[in-house]
Amino acid sequence: MIRTLPNSRTYITGFRVFIVLYFVFLFAPLIVTMVLSFNDSMFPALPWKGFTLDWFFGEGPEKIGIFHDQANLRSISTSFKTALAVATLATVVGTLAAFLFEQEDFKFKTLLYFLMIAPLVIPGVILGISLLLFANTVGLFLENSIGWDVKLLSPGFWLVVIGQFSFITTIVTLVVIARLRKFDRTLEEAAYNLGANRFEVIWYITLKYLRPAIVGGFAVAFLMSFENFNTSVFLVGSRATLPINLYLQVRDGSTPVINAISFLLIVTTSTLAVINLYAGKSRAKKQ
Amino acid sequence: MTKRSARKIRWSFFVFFVPVFLWLFLMIVMPQIELLRMSFVGTDFYGESGFTLGHYAAFFTEPIYWLTFVRTAGYALLVTFVVLLIALPVSFFITKVADLKVTGFLMVLILVPFWVSELVRVYGWMILLRESGVLNKLLVALGILKQPVEMLYNDVTMVMGLVYTTMLFMIVPIVSVMESLDDSFIEAAHDLGAKKLTIWRTIIIPYCMPGIMSGSIIVFMLVLGSYLTPNLMGGKNSIWFTEQIYNQMIIYFNWNQGAAFGFLLLLLSSILIWVALKITGQDWRKVIK
Amino acid sequence: MQAALSVEKLTKKFGEFTAVNGVSFDVEDGKFFSILGPSGCGKTTLLRMIAGFYEPTEGLIRIRDEDMTAVEPNKRPVNLVFQHLALFPMMNVYENIAFGLKRRRESDSRIKEKVGSILERVGLPEHSKKKIDQLSGGQKQRIAIARCLVLEPSVLLLDEPLGALDAKLREHMKIELKKLQSMVGTTFVYITHDQSEAMVMSDHVAVMNAGQFEQIGTPQDLYHNPNSSFVAQFVGNNNKLPVKVHKDEGGAFLARYLDGKDYQVDGTPDLSEGDEYDMFIRPEAVLINPSTSQSIPNTMNCDVKAILFDGGNSQLLVIPEGADQELIVTLPQNKQFDDIKAKDTIRIGWNPGTAVCFPKTELKIYDEA
Repeated sequence: MIRTLPNSRTYITGFRVFIVLYFVFLFAPLIVTMVLSFNDSMFPALPWKGFTLDWFFGEGPEKIGIFHDQANLRSISTSFKTALAVATLATVVGTLAAFLFEQEDFKFKTLLYFLMIAPLVIPGVILGISLLLFANTVGLFLENSIGWDVKLLSPGFWLVVIGQFSFITTIVTLVVIARLRKFDRTLEEAAYNLGANRFEVIWYITLKYLRPAIVGGFAVAFLMSFENFNTSVFLVGSRATLPINLYLQVRDGSTPVINAISFLLIVTTSTLAVINLYAGKSRAKKQ
Repeated sequence: MTKRSARKIRWSFFVFFVPVFLWLFLMIVMPQIELLRMSFVGTDFYGESGFTLGHYAAFFTEPIYWLTFVRTAGYALLVTFVVLLIALPVSFFITKVADLKVTGFLMVLILVPFWVSELVRVYGWMILLRESGVLNKLLVALGILKQPVEMLYNDVTMVMGLVYTTMLFMIVPIVSVMESLDDSFIEAAHDLGAKKLTIWRTIIIPYCMPGIMSGSIIVFMLVLGSYLTPNLMGGKNSIWFTEQIYNQMIIYFNWNQGAAFGFLLLLLSSILIWVALKITGQDWRKVIK
Repeated sequence: MQAALSVEKLTKKFGEFTAVNGVSFDVEDGKFFSILGPSGCGKTTLLRMIAGFYEPTEGLIRIRDEDMTAVEPNKRPVNLVFQHLALFPMMNVYENIAFGLKRRRESDSRIKEKVGSILERVGLPEHSKKKIDQLSGGQKQRIAIARCLVLEPSVLLLDEPLGALDAKLREHMKIELKKLQSMVGTTFVYITHDQSEAMVMSDHVAVMNAGQFEQIGTPQDLYHNPNSSFVAQFVGNNNKLPVKVHKDEGGAFLARYLDGKDYQVDGTPDLSEGDEYDMFIRPEAVLINPSTSQSIPNTMNCDVKAILFDGGNSQLLVIPEGADQELIVTLPQNKQFDDIKAKDTIRIGWNPGTAVCFPKTELKIYDEA
């Protein structure tokens, strides 16, 4: 049954076959996508027509590689800026929220905690449309009453940032809370006892301790923002983010340049994910 | 904290409290209230806006709307169940059966694909399964199929796609609970003569219930709210409820109808989660951890 | 002599529960003062009030004659060595020790000098660049103390810092700590539940129970002249014999034990006739097979139940004839008693002056169940 008990050969073999099939299921679409980005064909499909790097470096006119595809490059840069803004804001507010829920006591704390968790169970689509409606109402109100035209409140870069921030902050908060729970409060008391004030205690002791979680939270927030579609789709203005731009190309059919973009995304995100995981592991081992 | 120091550190409480409160109030609470309000606002024949139940009436009188709704909820439950069926043995293998040396590696292997954008993963399935896709080419070349078959754009493929994209959110919570399950429970049950199925039924599943519940809730929510997978892999004449919302908001520009649909979806998901927690007797505080 | 620390009628309540109840004491400058008590007796609460982490419900704390009531924990001239030391894992040894000095905005050169000299004094001059997790248990101990001593506190508080060490190292650190304290001359207030730690290191010990001090005195005092049943049981080992007191014809008190026989008592003055008492006799005060020439008035015959051999600490477990109770008797390893075996019958005796009586209590020092 488990590794410490004697097991029949059929049980172990059967289980192994199941797991191998599961991993094939898991990786097949990714590997096929990556392989076809090197196919010298106008379509992301078999037959194999030979190896090419044109879908990365091709300058046209027939094959425009990703590094010369202005529309896709622009959406990548938009997504990058969005993700940077979202991750920064979410990390700051998420860390503050972790301190609030772990170290402070106040009335209605449970209610506020419940609200903080809520974005996890509100579908992203609903977050998107509700923010769109609210921003629109507030925008109209401001324009009609005091004549301000607040750019922030009409679909565009900042509304996308706000929309993604609203639920990604919850994730960062949970990541930081998880580490803060393991924090030994006597370290803070020791610092007080040695003459530090509240600010110095947080800065020199608690935040130092939380750094891995904060860095990890930032990375998670960045990735989640970079690939978000459901919330952003209602909030974008003229500058589409990468997932929205890709969606249109996938739906309407496109050249293997999408495979090349996918290849780059898969390689970078998996590298980041593996680094993140192993960094976490080696830290865990040290402690 | 004592009275005296509580007064002294009050500023730090506000530094923590104000941004968090603004975030939750302005970006979560107010928009949801606005969503509810907008769903009751209608414009009459003369362009005057006022209170109406028309958008909700439209939902119940137009079969296309509520059928989509029921279908979406039904498929979300089905997907959650299938995901659970696969996630349990996979988690069990990683935590309890696989050689200790490879468990870490297997876990990384399972996590990595889910960091890749949902769109890329769906795209991968599309180029695998479509009529001109890789699988068809292979099967024809091997002589198993005489001519290519369209494997995309049907409900079975869509369910598989949804299972694929949400799998991880079931595996991670279950693995973390299963890791804390002491091997000696299973050994003791085995020693007392229990069969494998009995051990699963009486030891493993009850122990993992918190993980199963939180995994199920997250998977269910993700499926319910998903747009890309049903849109790109599902059949043309069977649309997902989020697509209805998208159509109302973006294509017909009927925001009030969209708001009503959005609110119904929110209501459905909240009720189903509440019911699930009640039935299994789990405390939400434990599940959300 | 000036009191480094002076505590007056200190009380701390948590809701209905009174953790510390009207405790008063003074600690003279430069002394090693211990507070000894079982877990849950309120000693940690008392220490945390002195450090400033809890605000007293009532009472005063003065350090070098200065009232501490309005002083924040980070401004008090006391430092605390935590139970698990609370060394900052994200800093190395040097940064840990320099932490408090930096908060005082001392110049880098002064800090360097002070950290260097304190490391010298605790005997770890080469360790300033080491990470905390590279240190051994005993080294961590010394760094935690150095981190406090470098701030030259009026009083150093120590919250059972030896608790986490293994037995051998704990024995060693007891002596180290005592030597360190007499070398630096700082006032130490040490709390512990281990009576041996308190006895070996302290100039004065306060025995604490249920939020109150039972007795304050030198270790010798507490051992030889306990003034309550609790102190008699908690400090050192003791045999507890239930007795009933009556007077003989001459008016002297006699204690009737379970075996129905009477024994002389003269260690305790105010006994009252007819009451039940617990009579305490230390294992080492009991003589085995005393010779008649020693003229011991109290003797009884016992069956040897077991020999508890433990080198220099060896003991006999005996059951007095006619009584259903186990007594512990020290078994000197001087070859004289090597022939005693289990199930033998021996005679034991003690001088009336070595036994003390306190009114009968149901108090238990530890749970046997």
